[in-house]
Amino acid sequence: MSLIHRINRSLGSEALPLLGALLVVVVGFSLATPLFLTASNFGSMAFQLPVLGLLTLAMMVPILSGGLNLAIIYTANISGLTLATVLIAFGGPEAGIGAFLIGSLAALLVGTLAGLMMGLIVAYVGAHPILVSLAMMIFLRGLGEFLTRGGDISGFPDYMKVIGHGSLAGIPVPLLIFIAAAILWHIMLRRTRHGFSVFMIGSNIDAAEYSGIPTKRTLATLYALSGLICAVAGILMAARFNSVRVGHGEALLLVTVLACFLGGLDPFGGFGRVLPVCLALAILQALSSGLNLIGANQHLATAVWGLFLIAVMAIRWAAGRLNITRFGRT
Amino acid sequence: MSGTKEGAPFALKLRGVSKRFGGVQALNQVDFNVRAGEVHCLAGENGCGKSTLIKIVTGVYTPEPGAEIEVFGEPQTGMTPTQARDMGIAVIWQDLALFPHMTVAENIGFDQMVGGRPRLAALGQIRARAAQLLERLGVTLDLDARLNTLPIAQRQIVAIARALMGEARLIFMDEPTASLTQSETDALLGIVRTLSTEGVAIVFVSHRLAEVLEISSRVTVVRDGRLEGIYPTEGMTQARLGELMTGHTMDHQVIARDKSAAAPVLEIDGLSRHGQFEDISLTIRKGEVVGLTGLIGAGRTELAHALIGRTRPDRGMVKLCGREIRPRNIREAISLGIAYVSEDRLSLGLIQPQSIADNISITVLDRILGGLGLISPAQKKVLVSHWIEDLAVKIGRPEDAVSTLSGGNQQRVVLAKWLATEPRLLILDSPTVGVDVGARAGIFRIVHRLAEAGLAILLISDEVSEVYHNADRMLHMADGRLVETYDPRGTTVEAMEARIYA
Repeated sequence: MSLIHRINRSLGSEALPLLGALLVVVVGFSLATPLFLTASNFGSMAFQLPVLGLLTLAMMVPILSGGLNLAIIYTANISGLTLATVLIAFGGPEAGIGAFLIGSLAALLVGTLAGLMMGLIVAYVGAHPILVSLAMMIFLRGLGEFLTRGGDISGFPDYMKVIGHGSLAGIPVPLLIFIAAAILWHIMLRRTRHGFSVFMIGSNIDAAEYSGIPTKRTLATLYALSGLICAVAGILMAARFNSVRVGHGEALLLVTVLACFLGGLDPFGGFGRVLPVCLALAILQALSSGLNLIGANQHLATAVWGLFLIAVMAIRWAAGRLNITRFGRT
Repeated sequence: MSGTKEGAPFALKLRGVSKRFGGVQALNQVDFNVRAGEVHCLAGENGCGKSTLIKIVTGVYTPEPGAEIEVFGEPQTGMTPTQARDMGIAVIWQDLALFPHMTVAENIGFDQMVGGRPRLAALGQIRARAAQLLERLGVTLDLDARLNTLPIAQRQIVAIARALMGEARLIFMDEPTASLTQSETDALLGIVRTLSTEGVAIVFVSHRLAEVLEISSRVTVVRDGRLEGIYPTEGMTQARLGELMTGHTMDHQVIARDKSAAAPVLEIDGLSRHGQFEDISLTIRKGEVVGLTGLIGAGRTELAHALIGRTRPDRGMVKLCGREIRPRNIREAISLGIAYVSEDRLSLGLIQPQSIADNISITVLDRILGGLGLISPAQKKVLVSHWIEDLAVKIGRPEDAVSTLSGGNQQRVVLAKWLATEPRLLILDSPTVGVDVGARAGIFRIVHRLAEAGLAILLISDEVSEVYHNADRMLHMADGRLVETYDPRGTTVEAMEARIYA
């Protein structure tokens, strides 16, 4: 009992149940198909997860602050487009490492700026984040489609394959990038003044302001950071697909929201942690890969994801009831 | 005070009412009665059993066997809430239980619109009756306004009208004035008096003792689930009533000391902000508690907001420890050494769903940083446990949500988060709203200790007696101006109240 308490206190009370759910999913598919528990399956999962993972981190912080960022996919796309433009300008497949670095830097800058613009409007105009990010999403999509005329940009230098498809000490590079981002996010949320402020703003922005929290600056910063991590996702997408197209990954938008809520984020803001969200991502990836391996239709995977969130909510509700009856409440 | 209703028939008579919840004896052999047309006050600290008693009378809970309940002369056994309502008993809970997205008329007529079998609601008829009721209460309200667009005071009136729509003859009001301003309170008390003269019995539950004594003719005091006694309010004092409720003798002396020789901390000279306050000049010295009282709307909170940088004054000068200051926001005010305890603890003072620890450390994040500029959990823990111990906050664990604490303990957490900033000036804006009588004394013991230690304190309150008993000097603010300074040693609460409410 005390061990469970200690784990709950250091990892958050969502971590253990999600770990259990992950185990059930993994064991279930292992029994269903011998293909599931193989290095190649785990390898392909490790390559697929990071893009969704980075985008989920980008979605997570605005939700914690009581908002939402609907523009994450197109922020990633437009950042990828920035990188692609720079690479093409330096000769496409012949572009050197320097061009890639300049392009990535420009991509990160563009992503951050897109986020910052949303943050400033949310903070200073007081418009609702859903409206602001919806406007930004439509703006970026239109801009991207205008610039690319709705087509693909491809033909990148070979060394970019290392980022998208390479491994370091047996661990896929995309996964390493995601793990690094998740650790940074965890530290940012739990140990910095900015992270602390995000949670407080998520619960009650007026009380936070009265307590001396720089609420406007925090809002602007958190959307800028959301945009920054979108840009990282955009660069990774460019490297993985060896092309950039506006609209790539469109279907992931609501999956990131799903992963956040599955990971125990409070939909009204103020509560949530990185680790349970990562576990939720792993569960979603395992479900989708497993269903694919047993030959189920890919659309079925989407349906199963939805059902899974409903089941998790029902279980959380039941567990909450159990706690109340066990500890008594009048 | 309303006239006593001796001789009037009993609207409600209870004898020997007990209620247990598991191992907790919530009520133990309590007697209670109220006569038709009487305003009767039910007083007691939080958790003493007041709400349980109301719920028994309205049929929500069943009392333990042996209780006698008589409603309008008829003995009752096993009432249901519907039966209680049909007999004319209504409760207006503190949260009002209204429908925020429905209109005034729909809320008032709600009980008439829902019924056992499907039927068309006679909306026209309901509107007409609602209008008639509001007129009877002497208020004008837009029948088509959505409830969530109205201030609390008007929602309260809607709740009363809804009770009257159901022909209520006995109305329980649970802390009806807790979130009202003074003038709104006066208007509500006027309505209560009107109902009383019409023969409606009212049971009034309130923490505000002055109000209790003003409105009711008798008061029933419940303490720890037991009946302490039923007293006429004629000749009762606030101090005596507080003692009966808490069981402790209250130290109700004047503590005023002459601090005119101490060094000034806050000096305000000719401060004005259009439409809010005009030509304010005052000085607060080291270790001095200056009380600021007056009617709501006099500009007290607005003055405080200008001092902490929420708003900018148009004219005048503010000096803190001899240096002119112009804080542009609360952060600057904090770093200058000004702390402001907001009057609205629930939505501005604390972040209710977050932990006690986070609520205490929120103002001093800069001081608990470790390596790499990251928040150090160890330093945070030291800070939090220091303040919890220092202010004797009764908590479960520091990680618990602050909303799990009682009003008095929440206010201690508020004090903790501001004292942690090591302020030179502490502004307390109505610090005991929603705090129990017993816990109030504890809050003021802390305030006096802080003053002893040299903190300059501005105590804003609309309860004159609170300022009178806790301040060294009292300032009376009216219509945005300081009109007079009083020394508590040279006046009485009654004399001051007469001036302020004149």
